[in-house]
This record gives sequence, structure tokens and C-alpha cells, in this order.
Amino acid sequence: MSTAEIDTTTTGRRKPLGNAAKAARGDGRAGARDAGRKPTTTIIVTALLAIVALYFLVPVYWVVINATKSTEDLFGTSGFWFGENFQLLENMRAVLDANGGIFPRWGLNSLLYAGVGSVLATYFATAAGYALAKYRFRGRNFVYALVLGGVLVPGTAVALPLFFLFSSMGITNTYWSVLIPSLVSPFGLFLASIYASAAVPEEMLEAGRIDGVGELGLFHRLALPQLTPALVTILLFQFVAIWNNYMLPLVMLADEKLYPITLGLDNWRAQTDRLPEFYQLTIGGALLSVIPLAILILVLQRFWRGGLTEGSVKG
Amino acid sequence: MRSRTAPWVLLAPFLVLFIGTMIIPIIMAIGYSFTRVERSGLLGEGGTKSVFAGLDNYLAALTNANFIESIGRMILFGVVQVTVMIVAATILALLLESASAKWPGFFRATYFLPYGIPGVIATILWSFLYIPGLSPIVDVLAVVGIDVDFLGPSMVLWSIANIVTWTYTGYNMLIIIAQLKSIPGELYEAAKIDGATSFRVAMAIQLPLIRPALMLTIIFSIIGTLQLFAEPRLLQTMSAGITSEYTPNMSAYAFAFQYNDIGMAAAQSVIIALAAFLLSAVALGVSNWTEKRS
Repeated sequence: MSTAEIDTTTTGRRKPLGNAAKAARGDGRAGARDAGRKPTTTIIVTALLAIVALYFLVPVYWVVINATKSTEDLFGTSGFWFGENFQLLENMRAVLDANGGIFPRWGLNSLLYAGVGSVLATYFATAAGYALAKYRFRGRNFVYALVLGGVLVPGTAVALPLFFLFSSMGITNTYWSVLIPSLVSPFGLFLASIYASAAVPEEMLEAGRIDGVGELGLFHRLALPQLTPALVTILLFQFVAIWNNYMLPLVMLADEKLYPITLGLDNWRAQTDRLPEFYQLTIGGALLSVIPLAILILVLQRFWRGGLTEGSVKG
Repeated sequence: MRSRTAPWVLLAPFLVLFIGTMIIPIIMAIGYSFTRVERSGLLGEGGTKSVFAGLDNYLAALTNANFIESIGRMILFGVVQVTVMIVAATILALLLESASAKWPGFFRATYFLPYGIPGVIATILWSFLYIPGLSPIVDVLAVVGIDVDFLGPSMVLWSIANIVTWTYTGYNMLIIIAQLKSIPGELYEAAKIDGATSFRVAMAIQLPLIRPALMLTIIFSIIGTLQLFAEPRLLQTMSAGITSEYTPNMSAYAFAFQYNDIGMAAAQSVIIALAAFLLSAVALGVSNWTEKRS
């Protein structure tokens, strides 16, 4: 196999990312450019950025503080500081036990929809994107145009007719009704095809063919490992997209037991008008559902950036 | 199976799902939008049948005052909110990349954090910060002498805009930063030799070169604005200012599931989709046109 050629293509491809990584470390060209900068500028800019950071953190701070309060303290004490009683653990237990443990079930449902949905969607989108990038066949441009058209149609415009379609098949109000539409990622297809055309060298595939590897084997054994960075990005975007989805489960599901967290919490919040104890349940539930996602975002931040670079700088 | 069947085998799972969950529903929606359900018998007990209605549903949608008003509301919302958000995202990206700031990694992560919080949960959190008696922000403003009713009829649109801005500014900022990082270092060197100030570098080098990223974020934001649904729907129970036809998407939802008028709902969905399509095309066209001129 011609490793030399693979190396040149991949380094050629990686170059902008290499620069990005260098700049991210805050050294080099940016540092040199600003060597003569006054410390007052640094203070002003940093202070400005800190004030903006406060804005982005206020709701998160508020939910952390207020998840520790009793219902009386929630209304009786300042929202910016702890109340008289610190009862975080009691509140969390109430969230987990409410309605016979419906909240953990919502969490598992969300995990099922987003986990299974994003893994399969990534695999299907990557296979299709790779096929469009690496084969020349009749109908190729038509498929591209069809998918592009599909991307531009608002997802919510599709949700209503999809309900009637699923309802005629008798699968509304089942796990399938939310899972099946989550398996499609047109964005993933575009990202995979852009990435595959650059990162999977023709020579590698030819060498594989000479060695007698089947066409599907070429994709699974040779191309997929090269596509790992694109796979991670598609997976993350699809996971968040499914996790955050509201309209699709709202339209499809009637049974509370099938709800994802988003729909379940909305249900709790809607009851706060009549039953004030639902304020604490909603706040506690919001805290529990924000924590795992916040960790995911912070830990995987570099993957997000890598992916965004691929997606936006294609021109 | 060299080149004939192999690509189709790889494409098959995606295409089957894509056609089944997107293309067929879109075709169905177009079909519904041209039909009218007629009920026979006094209370509809004689069964229903669909009849071809021509453009009646479209005419009804486009003469429906609430629907037109909801479109106007979204245009106002989009002009203000998208502008504020994209300008903020660009300024934050430029500041973070200027190397004048300390801890850029921390700030970047903080600004991006809301993107990972589902719109529904973000709306619930902000709604608590809007409710008088619960919200410390309302309390603080009252102390200073400012009385705001965040959920009042005239204010609630901007309260929704705040939630959307809070969620997506960091995401758009990251797209812009990614493009800023692809600007070759030599350009900065040259500008430095010419003695250009940071402001001049931003205006003459950075802004023109991040135009593709800006266009991308603007188009996504416009499509997002047209689709606005979760945030106003969630706030509806708390604000008298939000009707069930407050946004075009809420209107389509209401016609489909509350008023049982599928034809009207489908016609409105098609109009929303066409508008998103046209606006994206116009944005791309304007971008290409200005690029050629400059």
C-alpha cells in the first residue's frame, strides 16, 4: 500500500487544523502579533468577557442554588443565594421517587432515543456519504440534490405529515415513532462525503481491491478508520439534536411512560400553577438533566471545534 | 459488484429512511394542502371524504389574519434577534481570538455551554427567571426602580428572543472562530508591518475573510427563526401575550391538532418550508452578489 501518498494527502488536509491547534494554545502568531499590547487592554477585554460569561451562567447558577431550597424558601428568599434550609438531597430524592420513579424512566428514554438513534444515524449517514464521495454512478447528483432539498425543509414542517403517516401504520405512541425519524442525518451525510473525499485516498481503495477485499469490506475495514473524526462529530451533533427534540415526541407520544426528559419536565412545569410543589420537582429535574450534558459539552469541546472546522471551511 | 451495485448498497439504509421520513411526508403535506375534508350528515356521523380543494387552503392561509400576523412577528423577531446574535457572536469571536483576553479556553467553553442545554429546559429555566416573586432579576430591577413584566404582551417576544440568543450565540461564535483560525498567519504579519491597528485588522482582514461562516450562521438562524415553536409554546401557559397561533409553526400545529383542519395545517407547513427555502436562496444570492462586487 502506498503509505507515502496517504501521508501527503493527510498532512495536506490537516494543515489548517494544525494552525488552529497552535493558535488555540495561545502562542505563536497571535502572541507575537500582540507582543506590544498594553496590560490595560487585557484587563478591559477580560472584564468585558467576564461580564458576558455571567449572562451565560446566570440560569445555570440559579438552578443550582434553587435546587437546594424548600418551596417556602424558593419564594421567600433571594433567588441569588441559598435559603434557610439546605435540602438538596431531599429534593433530588423527591425528583427520583415522584410518580413511582417516572423521572429516571424519562432519562433512560432520552438515552435510548439519543443513544441508539445517533449511533445508527451516524453509521447510515457515513456509509451513504462515503458512497457519494467515492463512486461515480448514475443518479449520484440526483441523490445529492434530493438530500439538499430535504435539509432546507424545516423539520417541524415534516413532523405533522409524519404523524399521519405513522398513524396510518399504527406506530404512533410507540418508541419507534420517535426513534425511526431520528435515524436520518442529512447533515451527517454531507459532512461524511466532504470528509471522505479528502481523507480516504483512491490509492488505498485500489490497493484493497487488488488484495481481493470486497466493496463493503473496503468501507468497513479501510475507510471507516480514516473517517473517525467525522464520525465523532456527526455522532455528537445527532445526539444533541435528538436529546433536544421537542416537537417530534410532542406530536407522536401520548403515553407519559415513553416521554423523553424534555417532554416530561414540561409536563411537570405545566402543573406548577395548581400545585406549587411541582416547582421544586421541575427545578430538581432540570438540574439533574443539565449536569450530564454540561459535562459532555465541556469534555468534548475539542471535538466540536474540529467538526465545526470541517463543516464550515469547506469552501 | 464493483461500481454498479456497491454504492446503492451503501446508500440504501439512509435513502430508505430519508425517503420514508422526509420525502413521503413532504409529498403527503403537499397532497393534504390541496384537499378539503367534507363531513356528511349534520354532525359528521355520515363519515368523511377528501375532495380536491385547489388553492382554497392556500388562499385561506394567506388571508388568515392570525397567520399573517405570526409571519410579520417572526420577521420582526428575525431582523432584531438574528442581527443581535450574529453581531455578538462575531465580536466575542474576535475578542477571544485577539489574544488580549486571559483564559480564552474558559470563556469559550462557558459561552458554548447553553448549546448543550435543550431548548425546552433553557426555556423552563429562563421562565423561572421571568416570573415575578420567583425571579431574582425582577427583584433586583425593582430595587433600582425598573418595573419590567417579562411575560407581558409587549415584552414577551423579546423574552423569547433572549432565550434563543442565550442558547445559540456560543454555537455561532464557535463556527466563526473556526473560520478565523483558518486565516493564514502571513496576512497578520503583513498588516503588522504596515502598522495596522487591531481594529483595522478586524475590519480589513478578518471580517471579509469570515464571510462564508457568517453567511452559514445567518442562514441557519433564519431557518431557525421560521421554525420557532418550543420556546413560545412553553411560555404560552405563563403569558397572556402568547396566543396558540403566535408563530407560523404554532399556527400549523394548532390547525392540525386542535382545530382538526389538516388541509389548512398542511398549506401553512408548505408556506413555511417555501419561505425558508426562498430566504436561504436570497441570502446566498446577496452574499454572492456582494462578493462579486467587492
